[in-house]
Parts: sequence; C-alpha cells; structure tokens
Amino acid sequence: MEEELVDRLRKRDEDAFAVLVERYHMPMVRLALTFVPNRSVAEEVVQDTWIGVIRGIDRFERRSSLKTWMFRILVNRARKTGTRERRTISVADVDITDSNHFSSDGSWSPPPAPWTDDVIDRLFASAVSERLRIAIDKLPPTQCQVVTLRDVERLSPQEVCDVLGITEANQRVLLHRARSQLRKTIELEIGEG
Amino acid sequence: MRILNRDLVCRQAVALVTDYLDDALSRRQRRRFEAHLRNCPNCSRYLEQIRLTIDTVGHVEPETLDPDVKNELIDLYRRYNEE
Repeated sequence: MEEELVDRLRKRDEDAFAVLVERYHMPMVRLALTFVPNRSVAEEVVQDTWIGVIRGIDRFERRSSLKTWMFRILVNRARKTGTRERRTISVADVDITDSNHFSSDGSWSPPPAPWTDDVIDRLFASAVSERLRIAIDKLPPTQCQVVTLRDVERLSPQEVCDVLGITEANQRVLLHRARSQLRKTIELEIGEG
Repeated sequence: MRILNRDLVCRQAVALVTDYLDDALSRRQRRRFEAHLRNCPNCSRYLEQIRLTIDTVGHVEPETLDPDVKNELIDLYRRYNEE
C-alpha cells in the first residue's frame, strides 16, 4: 500500500497526495507542537514539511518507511524552528507516577485495581479517547514525542530513535514514563464513569 | 515458594515492564521478571493494563483535518507540479 503510494506520488498523483495529507497532517501538527511554542508556528513547520516531502519524494530511497521519512523531515524542521526549550531527561522528569503505589519493602500498596470487562469495553469509547489525547499532549515534550511515534503512529523502536535521534535505552525510559502516566489517566477516567 | 534475595520486588518488576515488552531484557533478567509475574497477580494485572493502555492509545482518533487546510495544501501541490 505504501509502495504504491510512493509510486503514485512520483507520478504527481494528486489523490495520493490528498491521502497523505488526510492521514498525516494533524498528527504532524501535534508532533510539531512538542518542539515549537504555539499552534501557528507548528502549522508553518508542517507546511514546510509538506514542501520538503513534495520536493524530496523523487530522492526518497525507501530505506525507511515513508511515514518515518516524513516524520524525520518534520522533526528536523521543527528543531531548527523551535524555540521551545529542548528537553533532555532531567530530575524534573523523574517518574513519580507509580512510586506512591509501593510500600517500603517494594511491594504494591495499594495494588492496581482490576479493570473489569465492562471497563475494558469502554476503553475504546470516544470519551476515553478524547481524555487520552489531552493527556498525551500534557506529557513532557520528549515523552509525548516517543509515545506518539511508538503507540499512536506505531513506529518501531528503531524508527523512533532514528526520527528523534535518541538511543534505544533513552527511548524506552521515556516510553515507560509516558505509558505509566497514560495507564493512570485511563484508571482515573474509568473510575469516574 | 521461598523468597530469595535475588527475587525482584514489585517496584523493580514494574520498572522493567517496558523493557520486557520491547524484548530488551537480558535472558537472566527476563527469567527473573517472568518468575516474579508467575507469583504476583498484582504485577501480572499491571502488565495486562499496560498492554491495554498501549492498545487504547493506538486507537486514539486523530483530530479532523480542516477542509480549507487540506485544499490549500492540494493547491500548493498543484502549483509545485506546474512549475
């Protein structure tokens, strides 16, 4: 499917471009927002990325997926533009998400509450989806970048490292924090319902 | 079951969940992790909930694209190809 899309883009097929825009514009805006100070700058970065994609498609060597290639262009441009402070892992980022769930001997206290079948059925409801989207955006930028690329866009660990220029170990640390936070978001959301 | 010093406590097991799912644990670490899970319903439940979280996050619906933005981009594409 992607192979075919690339072929069509090389033939300047407008419908293929429309498919790409429909699928990736909003995810790219959201990712850009983790690098730049506001929405209008993010929109500019993404527009600039589209120009890069249009101009670069003939040179795209298919060594990575189209998606990974586009996200890499986006991240490069966003970093050049970005005035938002670039975050590395800092003390402020240290995970406190689950630390208050353990007693001094390292065992659970209190243990995680079970998610019943009823709860699981509701996970895919739009209310939970909306809450999660907000929660993802509220994560520290680097965690947001990793979890968006890994779990929303389903890039492989290697692809994420390639796009963001981070190590696999770093990637896993950020992913771990993001996922524990989002698990907590779900827990709070379904607990209320 | 006898608790050995080298057994993981829950806090340690939870910290390894992402490495476990990414298959980034050494064989020895993996064995310890799985041994802990076999005896710990709480950590098993936590792992299952993390799996469900990943699945749910993967189904977060993308925002709707403003048709005007889409049309502007397609215009841009057209202009570029006419050049």
